[in-house]
Amino acid sequence: MIGVVIEHGPAGVGGSSLEALTVARGLGDTVALWLGPSPSEDERALLADYGVAEVRVCPLEARARVASAEGAAIAAAAGDLDLVLGVSTFATKEALTRFASASGAGMVVDASGVEIVDGRVETTQSVFTATYVVRSRIDAPRAVVLLRPNSIVAEPAPKPGEATIVDVPAPELATAETLADRTFVASEGIPLAEARIVVAGGRGTGGDFALVSELADLLGGAVGATRDATDEGWIGHEHMVGQTGTTVTPSLYVACGISGAVHHRGGMQGSGTIVAIDTDADAPIFEIADFAVVGDLFEVLPQAIAALRDRS
Amino acid sequence: MRILVCVKYVPDIHSPRSFADERVVRNPDDGGMNELDDHAVEAAVRLVEELGGEVVALTVGSEDASVALRRALQLGASRAIRVTDGAIANSDVFGTARVLGAAVRRVGAEEPLDLVLTGMASLDALTSMLPSALAGELGWPQLTLASSLAVADGRARVERHLADARETVEAPLPAVVSVTDEANSPRYPNFKAIVAAREVEIEAWSLADLGVDPNDVGDLGARARVLSAAPRPPRDDRRVVSDTGDGGVQLAAFLAEKGFA
Repeated sequence: MIGVVIEHGPAGVGGSSLEALTVARGLGDTVALWLGPSPSEDERALLADYGVAEVRVCPLEARARVASAEGAAIAAAAGDLDLVLGVSTFATKEALTRFASASGAGMVVDASGVEIVDGRVETTQSVFTATYVVRSRIDAPRAVVLLRPNSIVAEPAPKPGEATIVDVPAPELATAETLADRTFVASEGIPLAEARIVVAGGRGTGGDFALVSELADLLGGAVGATRDATDEGWIGHEHMVGQTGTTVTPSLYVACGISGAVHHRGGMQGSGTIVAIDTDADAPIFEIADFAVVGDLFEVLPQAIAALRDRS
Repeated sequence: MRILVCVKYVPDIHSPRSFADERVVRNPDDGGMNELDDHAVEAAVRLVEELGGEVVALTVGSEDASVALRRALQLGASRAIRVTDGAIANSDVFGTARVLGAAVRRVGAEEPLDLVLTGMASLDALTSMLPSALAGELGWPQLTLASSLAVADGRARVERHLADARETVEAPLPAVVSVTDEANSPRYPNFKAIVAAREVEIEAWSLADLGVDPNDVGDLGARARVLSAAPRPPRDDRRVVSDTGDGGVQLAAFLAEKGFA
């Protein structure tokens, strides 16, 4: 059986967790690993739709949602599983690194694919800011693989699973960290890391994100930004795409007024199709763009938006 | 405060990197300390300036890695240790954590450490796993991705900004803390600091010095290994449009052609 750590929050089950369930289902019977209060009936039904046979619920208190406690809870819930999958977010990486550190599991993060070959887990992942594709094998008897969002399209199972709830007692914690405060950042629309389409703005917007947001809305995507733009206070830090912000791998990335500094490219170079609009024909972003428009975004975007509206 | 900062020597991220025989090939002439580690050293130095104490810089790597230690010394560390051993090559993150953990224990045995600081990620691998692996290895609490760090009454307190939440997390010392590039603006070393950094003798330790079994690290201990590596195929069929009045229309047509609109 394959375990999948499910990310969930006030907005429900994360879309990328459904992708991980879709991958897991191709490898064997799936067990959802759920930390926190029990899933709602809707959430359980959704897991069933994605073919989950069993939902193991470990009722960690909100205040115990720190990496070491989550790692111990996953150990309690997944002690008998040889392969645990999850989504490559900071929080899941940390919890599962603690789990792997304690259990001796081999671990690969930022994977785009996972297979079982001759009884061993093999993964594919992009490295060096998506300039290389690497294939790895996990030799340890137990494996943890975290998948990049948008690596595959999430699809409900042909036949729903039972999604039987199994309660796992929360482990006695020897955890010293105390979560003194957690405030959820109300994200409008789709979370950046999970978005299938990202429209991002940089210095070239001059601080005006109206057109960027309008195009994002029109395409059903999320709004991203460069470090420059968030440092200037033009838009919240949670929108920052880059090596120290959110790494995104959407199917479509539209860079508006972004020159393409190496730190920014490192956070989006693995995207499927890249479109860039910038006034500077020598901007490095054009080197990685599938479709480049050398021009003023304040002229190009309104025209593109009007043309897209005409089509629909 | 006695603080140990883990630093990493990485290739210049602007220079080409590649694989040969499934190993990473780096040009040793153009590397330096991982830029994100500047913030960890700065955070350590500020705490010591405020509370007194000592900053020890630690790295694992070949002799090239001394470049990273010199940088840490320039930024205000007063002691530098490099763990070098042929058996360490091709360690996975857990092997690296084993080596670092053993060195941390040895430094702590001389006089107890209060904190181990790291950067939020290394700009070559970008996995951000090491701080958690090291905390697991040491059995210490971990406070990661700190955008601010304060120490008082034997406890560390950090704020962190995750994609969906802002958190304040505390832990008793000793603890492993990773800081982001939001945590501070690293200083520019002055001439005096650069000269002083040259005077410090870098201590070189081996696995035998640390009592680490070579079978637990490097190729032999790696729980995961690279089977093959290939450059990502170049993006073919790239199109460039110079806007002469219909750039937006062409952009819309491209998005429609690709099925996004």
